[in-house]
Amino acid sequence: MNFQLTEEQIMIQQAARDYAQRELIQDVIERDEKAIYPTEHIRNLAELGFLGMLVDPRYDGGGMDTVSYVLAMEELSKVDSSVGVIISVNNSLVCFGLEKYGTEEQKEKFLKPLARGEVTGAFLLSEPGAGSDATSQQTKAIDMGDHYLVNGVKNWITNGHTASVYLLIAQTDPAKGHHGINALIVDRHADGITVGPHENKMGMRSSDTHSVQFTDVKVPKENRIGEDGFGFKFAMKTLEGGRIGIASQALGIASGAYELACKYAMERKTFGKPIIRHQAIAFKLADMATEIEAARFLCMKAAWLKDQGQPYGIASAMAKQYAADMAMRVTTEAVQIHGGYGYVKEYHVERLMRDAKLTQIYEGTSEIQKIVVSRAIESGDV
Amino acid sequence: MKVLVCMSYIPDTTTKIRFREDNTQLDDTTIQWVINPWDELALTRAVELKEDAGTPVDEVEIVMVGGVRCEPILRKGLAIGADKATRIDVEPLDAFQTATQLAAYLQGKDCGFIVCGIESGDYNEAAVGGMLAELLDYASVSSVSSVQFDGVTPIYQRDVANGKEQVKVDGPAVLIVQKGFARVPKIPNMRGIMTARSKPLDVIPAIEVDPLVEFVMYTAPPSKGGVKMLNTPEELVRSLSDEAKLI
Repeated sequence: MNFQLTEEQIMIQQAARDYAQRELIQDVIERDEKAIYPTEHIRNLAELGFLGMLVDPRYDGGGMDTVSYVLAMEELSKVDSSVGVIISVNNSLVCFGLEKYGTEEQKEKFLKPLARGEVTGAFLLSEPGAGSDATSQQTKAIDMGDHYLVNGVKNWITNGHTASVYLLIAQTDPAKGHHGINALIVDRHADGITVGPHENKMGMRSSDTHSVQFTDVKVPKENRIGEDGFGFKFAMKTLEGGRIGIASQALGIASGAYELACKYAMERKTFGKPIIRHQAIAFKLADMATEIEAARFLCMKAAWLKDQGQPYGIASAMAKQYAADMAMRVTTEAVQIHGGYGYVKEYHVERLMRDAKLTQIYEGTSEIQKIVVSRAIESGDV
Repeated sequence: MKVLVCMSYIPDTTTKIRFREDNTQLDDTTIQWVINPWDELALTRAVELKEDAGTPVDEVEIVMVGGVRCEPILRKGLAIGADKATRIDVEPLDAFQTATQLAAYLQGKDCGFIVCGIESGDYNEAAVGGMLAELLDYASVSSVSSVQFDGVTPIYQRDVANGKEQVKVDGPAVLIVQKGFARVPKIPNMRGIMTARSKPLDVIPAIEVDPLVEFVMYTAPPSKGGVKMLNTPEELVRSLSDEAKLI
């Protein structure tokens, strides 16, 4: 077993850390407060190659492995998890889905600009009545011969307003259940698409989250991914990789809060000594450090399995559930260690605590991850 | 035109510095080494000049005196955008030995100019650049804030008291640069990181040269004391006057 990172992985970790600690930190509080999309940062990170870092260089990506992706996501999310989710959706849902299952024509037309970061993508699965229960798709994509006619509403869509490319999951043949679901590549600016107002969220306020309404939207047949009826399997397979991105994001939120709490605990004095020397605080920090390390190992294991071409769905579910729940615990303790200062925006940890909550909810709630793991236990895969 | 950038490596600025052997040697067992920040700015600007189609700069080579442990740092330099790296295979012992090793390699090299960061972030001696110019018998141009070109002739702009001056020298010069030569260090992009290993990293033997300086002992600074919170300007003045005896 080798825990040593390669030179390239260390360089990527440092590059992400340098950008986050030097640039993202400067306006993260204002962007959170005013829910401002990080346009300039996303442009800069695209130039550095983070938007398509997992994509093969043949399609203009960075050609990095998933371990590097975990390292980058952790460093960026330590400071700004809104930037983290924008990059995660683009990399591990949209680019990964297109690269793995798209045709050469689709990759040429849609994947390359996404991998270069010239445009961003969005993944449209959730609906007002279909979140965790992704089989209950109400959005219809009716087969009209040479095109699909799409009607319906999607919600909680990250990059919903800013994306140029949508990967849409919709029901074509309700009689076939989830075997009648298709995945379609949709031009965000196509006629009949209405993007709803920006959701006023509790956390991750700098990422743009919207509902999207489709009214008689025509999608060319050649924009379908895979065979007819492949959409549900496409969504589930893509989300397996997405979980690694969100698990790493949760890891970053937790380690960012932990680092701030450590720094504060070494500086802040009560009863004549730094509060890190009070056992009540020291033990909190010890638990936080251990839980973060455990989550990091789970993330790395899932990433390593993916890089080795081995099944990683269960490992990524474990990583996502544990890292998200851990992030909630660790950020809550980080606020507690900061006392009253932790409750004001200037000290960052309250934002990280608000951000952590979403990692337990999106791209499969913690409860859904436990369903994945428990079913694997039942079937003998764990 | 080739630009040569001399680089050194230093402990990461967040490293906890410890000494061993009765405080006569640096304990480097847990140190993470990074590019000296001033050299990183020098490299950043050199790469920017190369990427600017309006300048004659078309190649950047980085040169470092150091053992095998500095190769990851050289590869980071290649990832940032240098075309070639050369490692002179000996641990740097003092400024004179370092400058002499560099001079032996750089003497007669076809280049527009050589760039050195003003000092290293560990010993802060600010000696290698000046020594190198002397050993090469090249002009030394310090406090350079930017480089422009008159055709293929570099014009160096220097920061001087209350203004700037522009200078031109015959032949290659050694530029000694500090913060301002580049705004911030360039972060390597994915393509740079992936191609760094395919770029040449030559290792050349060192020449025989003895250092002039022997480090006898190191002393760590005293640990920081506590902070005293003052509530009024009057308390501050009283404290500075009566306690610190500074005013």
